[in-house]
Formats: sequence, C-alpha cells, structure tokens
Amino acid sequence: MDVEVTLRVDGTEHRVTVDTRTTLLDALRERLGNTSPKKGCDHGQCGACTILLDGRRVNSCLALAVAHDGAEIVTAAGLAVDGELHPMQRCFIRHDAFQCGYCTPGQIVSAVAMLREAQAGWPSAVTPDNPAGDAADGGPIRLDADEIRERMSGNLCRCAAYPNIVSAIEELARR
Amino acid sequence: MRPFRYLRATDVSEAVALLAGTPNAAFLGGGTNLVDLMKLDVATPELLVDVRRLTSDRVDELPDGGLRIGAATPNSDLAADPRVRRRYPMLSQALLSGASGQLRNLATAAGNLLQRTRCVYFQDVTTPCNKRRPGTGCPAVEGHHRGLAILGASPACVATHPSDFAVALAALDAVVRTTGPDGERSIPLVDLHRLPGDEPQRDTVLRHGELITAIDVPPLPFARRSRYRKVRDRASYAFALVSVAAALDVRDGVVRDVRIALGAVAHKPWRAHRAEELLRGGPARADRFRAAAEAELAQARPLSGNAFKVPLARNTLTRTLLDLAGESPA
Ligand SMILES: Cc1cc2nc3c(=O)[nH]c(=O)nc-3n(C[C@H](O)[C@H](O)[C@H](O)COP(=O)(O)OP(=O)(O)OC[C@H]3O[C@@H](n4cnc5c(N)ncnc54)[C@H](O)[C@@H]3O)c2cc1C
Ligand code: SF4
Ligand code: FES
Ligand code: FES
Repeated sequence: MDVEVTLRVDGTEHRVTVDTRTTLLDALRERLGNTSPKKGCDHGQCGACTILLDGRRVNSCLALAVAHDGAEIVTAAGLAVDGELHPMQRCFIRHDAFQCGYCTPGQIVSAVAMLREAQAGWPSAVTPDNPAGDAADGGPIRLDADEIRERMSGNLCRCAAYPNIVSAIEELARR
Repeated sequence: MRPFRYLRATDVSEAVALLAGTPNAAFLGGGTNLVDLMKLDVATPELLVDVRRLTSDRVDELPDGGLRIGAATPNSDLAADPRVRRRYPMLSQALLSGASGQLRNLATAAGNLLQRTRCVYFQDVTTPCNKRRPGTGCPAVEGHHRGLAILGASPACVATHPSDFAVALAALDAVVRTTGPDGERSIPLVDLHRLPGDEPQRDTVLRHGELITAIDVPPLPFARRSRYRKVRDRASYAFALVSVAAALDVRDGVVRDVRIALGAVAHKPWRAHRAEELLRGGPARADRFRAAAEAELAQARPLSGNAFKVPLARNTLTRTLLDLAGESPA
C-alpha cells in the first residue's frame, strides 16, 4: 500500500510516496539520498541508524515512515550548519574516535541527544540514587565516563573505538 | 516484510472496532518490537492501526496518591518522571535497565508490556515453535534455553517474558486499564500475562482488539525504598538472566511489609507471594532473606542449561533485600 508522507530532513521539506513497509532509514537512504544514517543490523540492535526524530534520538530502522508523517528529522549530516562542523563532530575528529567510520554518524547523533537528555535531568541506569530523596529534582546530571558508557550502550562499534568515543564525548560534556 | 494497510483511528472506539473487524490486524505503538517481528516474518498483520497518538502519553496524579501512566507514554519520559523516581524508584530503574536510550524514546508503556519473548526459536521462522505455530513443538526444551524459564513452564513452552518494566509493575500491584469490543475493564498486572500451559500462543489474557489505555500504579509509601536489580551477560543493553524488583519496609529490625517480583524466570513476571508471606513480621536478617528466597524457588523446575538461574535468583533476591534493609531507618 502506497502512502504519501512529508518529512522535514535537515531543514528541507520533502514529500515522498512510500510503501507502508518503508522505515525512516530506508526512506532517508533510498528515497531521499541521505546516506548519513547507516544500516548495520536493521533490527534496533546497533545504533548505526540513529537520527533525531522531533528532537529525540531513535533507531530509524524500526520506525515506519508512515507512522511519522510530518516529522522533523536531523541526521549527522544536518548537524553541520553552513559547512561548520558541530562541536561533537570536531571532538570526534580531535580524539580520533573512529576507525572505519561506519558507526560514527549514529554515534555522533546519539551523543548530541544524550548530552541534552542529561542536561534535562534524565537519569540513567548508573545515576546514583540520592538517599535524601532529592535525586529526582530534575537538575542536570554530570556525565563521567561511566555515565557516558551506559548512555551510549545502544551504539555499537565493531572497530571498538570505544575509549576514544568516550573521551571525545567527555570533552564536550565538560564544557 | 508482508504488505499491510496502515490506519490511524480518530478515537479509541474506532481503533477497537477496526481491529475487531479484522482478525489479522494489530495495534502499533512505537513499533520497536512489532516492526522487528514483521521484518522476521514472525508477525504478519495485514492491517496496522496506529495507537501512539490515541491514548494519553503522560503520567497523571490519581486522587489516592497513585499515578496513572498513559499507554503511549514513552519509556524514557516515564523513567525520568520525578514522581515516578521519588515514589517508585524500582519502576524508573527497571525501565532504565532495559533496551537503549534510542529504543526507550520510541517504545511506549503498553508496547513494553506486550513485547514478545526473545526465545531464539520463536524469532526464527525456519524452526518449529508452539508459541509461533501451535502444535509444531518446542525445540527449546532440548535446545538453546539458557535464558528461559525455571518457574511455571509447561512441556509446550519454556519461554520467558522479556519486559523489565512489567516486573516492577507486578511488585507494585499495578492495574492495566483496557477498552475492548466488550467495553472497559481493569486487569491486575499480575493477571495480565499467562503461564503457557497448553496454549503458549497466548501471552496475555487480552482479547483480540482489546486496547490498553492506561496503567494505574497504586500508592505504596514504603516503595520509596525499592530497587530493581538486573543480572545479565553484559553490563548494559542486554536482556535479563534474572531480575528482582523489591520494596521493603523495616522498622526496629522487623519486616513490616514487603513486595517482591522476579523477572526472566517465567512466562510472566513472577510475583513472589510465598517469600513475601515468610518475610512479613519476621526479623530483617540475612538468613531469613535467604530462607524466603529458597522457599520461593523450591517450586523451580530448571532445564539442563538454565539450572544456574536458581542459585542466581536466590542470591540476587537475598542481596537486594539486604541492600534495602541496610537503607531503612533503624
Ligand atoms: C535491541 C533491543 C533490546 C531490548 N532490550 C530490552 C530490555 O533489556 N528490557 C526490556 O524490557 N525490553 C527490551 N527491549 C524491548 C523494548 O522494550 C520493546 O520493544 C518496547 O518496549 C515495545 O514498545 P513499543 O511501543 O515499541 O511496542 P510495539 O512494537 O509497537 O508493540 C508491541 C506489541 O504491543 C501491542 N500494542 C502496542 N500498544 C498497544 C496498546 N495500547 N494496547 C494493546 N496492544 C498494544 C502491539 O500490537 C504489539 O503486539 C529491547 C528491544 C530491542 C530491539
Ligand atoms: S520455548 Fe516457547 S517460544 Fe521458545 S520454542 Fe518453545 S514454544 Fe516456542
Ligand atoms: S540499523 Fe538500526 S539499530 Fe542497527
Ligand atoms: S569505527 Fe568502525 S564500527 Fe565504529
């Protein structure tokens, strides 16, 4: 069954006809020519396809395009504005946080969103409970290496560039 | 993936009617489990009715001091909700121990409860499986079952329910509110999921076309001291081998009240009534905690490849209760 959907991708609006089976990942790569989100597993397990969907990081391989008609999408390519790299992209380069680079766009989008989540006070599985009970006050959460590893665990890297990925994100988290 | 039609209903009753009128139709939440299973040809609906914008996607106060979780609330919003974190820390911890940041942003509360087993045969259409194709057999009993059930299984199916969230809700006596072809009903969470018996194809007591609209969590003041502890092969981003959700109320060294549920040990979240009964009114001591865990697990019937789960569950439960007792005011 064909459906028409509107997607705003990296600031540009597109109207495109897709089969209902089309995921956002396939719509972006195959129909809109945006190959910055990568297809690793196609089952939500690797994070290579991570995009910002209405401001939140998600796996685009499990999101049906038809279910997200009208969505605002940002891919790793769209993080660079007017050819100026995003600070996270610069940190990845400075820390040599990749080898083959296949997982990198997903890592960078995920990291950008993850910093915002921590800023908004979202806890992670390793955020300590405050015995006084005011841990839940919603204040920003300081990100150390353990927090970063936990929050980035949905992004796998077959080249195991993990140590440098963590240090790249740590640098930006400290600023 | 098989072709399918996609519809968005204008209200709950239309969504229910659409499903009731099409035997091979399914509700779509975040899609993180259903779309995955459709890619594997395990799920082959001819119609998807999107319900993500249909029910509430927020957490609201109930007059009795409990919370009502809208069925479409993203797992991440729920885990970060200050009221959830303060009143029911184990609920937030259970959600945060599951899946990844990206998946939790897409996944809905109702979808999480209704996700299907991660049994490898269930996900592989080239193998038999009683849950996927009733009557074909259960290769897991003789095959790969390291992660599967030690409690309440049947010869027909030894699958476990994979949700972490559901385990914490079982301990908290949560109630699932639904609207179906026969109207509305409230189902205690502990009765939502079934044991497999000879109908393993039925994960829950829900009827075709019955929509979850909300999940109510009743007040439980002592749940402010509660824990979700998950044991798994990796430190993060893995399903549980065993998990424990527990809340403990200790005064003057005596257990006044306790709630315990075990995860990844059965076809449903396993509420540990037997252990709770043994603990209530007794001393809050390590030997008692261990004895209660052993009593609960006396019913365990492990398979050759998952017998390790019995001592693992016993130790995880004992440790969790000790941690909670250590935090209680003297
Ligand atoms: C790689 C990976 C790792 C994961 N790890 C974990 C983990 O460690 N712990 C854990 O608990 N989970 C884990 N998950 C599972 C994840 O939590 C579920 O996929 C998610 O919660 C499902 O929610 P959803 O909204 O996407 O559901 P969907 O996929 O949309 O739906 C799931 C089911 O619920 C039905 N449904 C949806 N909404 C309703 C409703 N309102 N009423 C009635 N029926 C409805 C659908 O028809 C479908 O049958 C993991 C998933 C992946 C892909
Ligand atoms: S344990 Fe259940 S889900 Fe797994 S193969 Fe057996 S019948 Fe299928
Ligand atoms: S391609 Fe989407 S998570 Fe792997
Ligand atoms: S850099 Fe190669 S997969 Fe991560």
